[in-house]
Amino acid sequence: MLIVAALVLIVLGSIAFHLSSPWWWTPIASNWDYIDNTLVITFWITGAVFAAVVLFMAYCVLKFRHRPGHKAEFDPENKRLELWLTGVTTIGVAAMLVPGLFVWKQFVTVPDEATELEVFGHQWSWAYRLPGADGVLGTADAEWVSAENPLGVNPHDRFGKDDLIVEGGEVYLPVDQPVKLLLRSIDVLHNFYVPEFRAKMDMVPGMVTYIWFTPTRTGTFEALCAEYCGTAHPYMRGFVTVVEAEEYQEWLQKQLTFEEYASNARAGQSVQLAGN
Amino acid sequence: MVDRGSDDRMQLPPREVEDVMPPHAHSWIGKYVFSQDAKYIAIQYSGTAVAIGLVALVLSWLMRLQLGFPGTFDFITAEAYYQFVTMHGMIMVIYLLTAIFLGGFGNYLIPLMVGARDMVFPFVNMLSYWVYLLAVLVLVASFFVPGGPTGAGWTLYPPQAVLSGTPGGAQSGIILMLVSLILFIIGFTMGGLNYAVTVLQARTRGMTMMRLPLTIWGIFTATVMALLAFPALFVACVMMLFDRLLGTSFFMPTLVELGEKLSYGGGSPIAFQHLFWFFGHPEVYIVALPAFGIVSDLIAVHARKNVFGYRMMVWAIVIIGALSFIVWAHHMYVSGMHPWFGFFFATTTLIIAIPTAIKVYNWVLTLWKGDIHLTIPMLFALGFIVTFVNGGLTGLFLGNVVVDVPLSDTMFVVAHFHMVMGVAPIMVIFGAIYHWYPKMTGRMLNEAMGQIHFWVTFIGAYAVFFPMHYVGLVGVPRRYFEIGEPEFLTAPVDGLNAFISAAALIVGAVQVLFLFNIFWSLRHGRKAGGNPWRAASLEWHTPDTPPKHGNWDELPNVYRWAYDYSVPGAPEDYLAQNDSWVPDGEERRL
Repeated sequence: MLIVAALVLIVLGSIAFHLSSPWWWTPIASNWDYIDNTLVITFWITGAVFAAVVLFMAYCVLKFRHRPGHKAEFDPENKRLELWLTGVTTIGVAAMLVPGLFVWKQFVTVPDEATELEVFGHQWSWAYRLPGADGVLGTADAEWVSAENPLGVNPHDRFGKDDLIVEGGEVYLPVDQPVKLLLRSIDVLHNFYVPEFRAKMDMVPGMVTYIWFTPTRTGTFEALCAEYCGTAHPYMRGFVTVVEAEEYQEWLQKQLTFEEYASNARAGQSVQLAGN
Repeated sequence: MVDRGSDDRMQLPPREVEDVMPPHAHSWIGKYVFSQDAKYIAIQYSGTAVAIGLVALVLSWLMRLQLGFPGTFDFITAEAYYQFVTMHGMIMVIYLLTAIFLGGFGNYLIPLMVGARDMVFPFVNMLSYWVYLLAVLVLVASFFVPGGPTGAGWTLYPPQAVLSGTPGGAQSGIILMLVSLILFIIGFTMGGLNYAVTVLQARTRGMTMMRLPLTIWGIFTATVMALLAFPALFVACVMMLFDRLLGTSFFMPTLVELGEKLSYGGGSPIAFQHLFWFFGHPEVYIVALPAFGIVSDLIAVHARKNVFGYRMMVWAIVIIGALSFIVWAHHMYVSGMHPWFGFFFATTTLIIAIPTAIKVYNWVLTLWKGDIHLTIPMLFALGFIVTFVNGGLTGLFLGNVVVDVPLSDTMFVVAHFHMVMGVAPIMVIFGAIYHWYPKMTGRMLNEAMGQIHFWVTFIGAYAVFFPMHYVGLVGVPRRYFEIGEPEFLTAPVDGLNAFISAAALIVGAVQVLFLFNIFWSLRHGRKAGGNPWRAASLEWHTPDTPPKHGNWDELPNVYRWAYDYSVPGAPEDYLAQNDSWVPDGEERRL
């Protein structure tokens, strides 16, 4: 009978753990509360099914356990019951899938007013690139990477010259402004993961991937790498600071354009050479 | 209405296959080393799989020591940690679970349960084991080469898998891993063709496909799937090996590694992921379907009741097997593949939940109005249902594309797949060993040790993996050597991680008791007799226990399905498949 008690305790214990757990997702800072809602619906449906199946099983074990003289019933099939269970399951599955697909449609449809921010990953740090005065990001490729051009911006592309290069792992975003992150890597897979924003996506060398979201509250949020990228994977951290529009503009003014960055780097190199 | 299908259950079709005696070995080496008898090959496969599985168990301890008590153990460096993670995963999925279900249980049970004397190609079957052993040895060798084994994660995603930022990437670790996988697939293909052809061609007189025990349906379907899925992994391994050794660029675009431009260009890392998961998702069911089949039989035998909805169970196995080939990219929702794929793969993935749920209902409904004997195999079967339902339900989170986005690549995923394809199938393996050990040795496993083994494993494994979901929910990514205390954690995870590690160490330790029981009972176990569980399927009705070479004196005739338990009017509470009993007043129609 121990097993009956164990089955009941597992159900009650799991529910109690779930309800009292301090380990819950971090408060959201983006528009993707739809995702949280879908997740909560899924928790309720699956939790109810888990409790029902395991408790029913506990009941069966209690009621139909072997006792002297007890005999099982011979009962091979029951088409009506099987169809009925299939139907209910299909409805339950649809109840999770349909809202999920609706939200996914939003997730992959970038609004027109979204601004662009390139997130650049390489072993094992983050950098960022913003369109300059012309509002267009220049092309870039691992092909162009060099000491003075660590992000591989195409030097022959006029749209790239005024792009802003942000190193050091921290970037600012204006609050309530939709942003499309263009994700790029030059070595291995990475994944730009800010838990508060919910959205995440791998960055794949050789292609540009994207996600979009709208930051909904100000603050500094830590960015992690969520796709294994080698030994220092857990230490690949960055920060996204969400600020009001004016403060964002101030921050933007301080950033170097690609042209400035490259000439600084060249100057730095020649200083270094002279020093040698 | 109850369909008892009595007509079908009592027909005896004509013999289709000639009775051929398998070749007899004359030397000791031929009998016990290079054996061509499926039963010995089964034991060789299982023994090797368990031995390498123990390595994986120790690796999981080392991992948990790091995660539970970061900074305490100096010898666990980040490099070593990633090597442990990788080798643990690869060993468990391929070299233990796949090998033991198909090479172990498949070899032992297929000929006995379908009423054959042996596999149809005994020599190829022997080769299959020896190539598997070679694959395991190559894998083990990678622990001893400079740089150690690969630390690329069991998914071996390029480009990192072959670059110097990953342990073993620029040395020989990754090369040995790929060679070992290639060997494994060659070995498996030889065995797999055997299992499939034996089920199709060597069934005894009267053993129609719809009279096969679900164990055989599970193993057969899984084998066919493996024969279709492993080639994708095979080509992926060959191509990556070329990328690493010959400088081709199948999976390698233009790269700058730590400031240095490499000579690769034009390849696609995502192409590897598609190949890997085209194998990798069916692989989940290659492990799960034999477990589904075996657990159905355990429940029926120990609840003295026919499997509820046998035909539905067969179709569910076949449908799950087929659907599992069109869901692979649910492992890739955040991989950067075209996001519109998400609609298709989320839909197929959630559809597969329906036949899977039917199987769960039918297991539980088999218990309903049964005569449940709480034997060790039955306890493990119940433990399987709990952990499988738990792990299956969290699959509905991860399969539903948008819910997957925040959870993907977190410890939630690790908890999910361990529950559903680690703990659950291993529960079935344990239950199956307690169930069939008497047939293999003539003795019962010790019951008291079995009880301790079950309780510690079941409660312990649940205590490991249930809380782990919450470590992921709070945001901790997987494959993190250490998480530190980032601000987004709503509560520190240190205590929870230490608890999980303690539980994992205890669960691991009790497996030693299980191994001891296996050896101890060989000599000291209670004598079992030929059919200690009073089971109906054919393997319990061999003239000898353990069955001798060739299994049968005269091949049995099969008159009924494997689930005639508690049939009204029958002299006992089971009717063997080769029992020609008919109810009073009815005549057998031939």
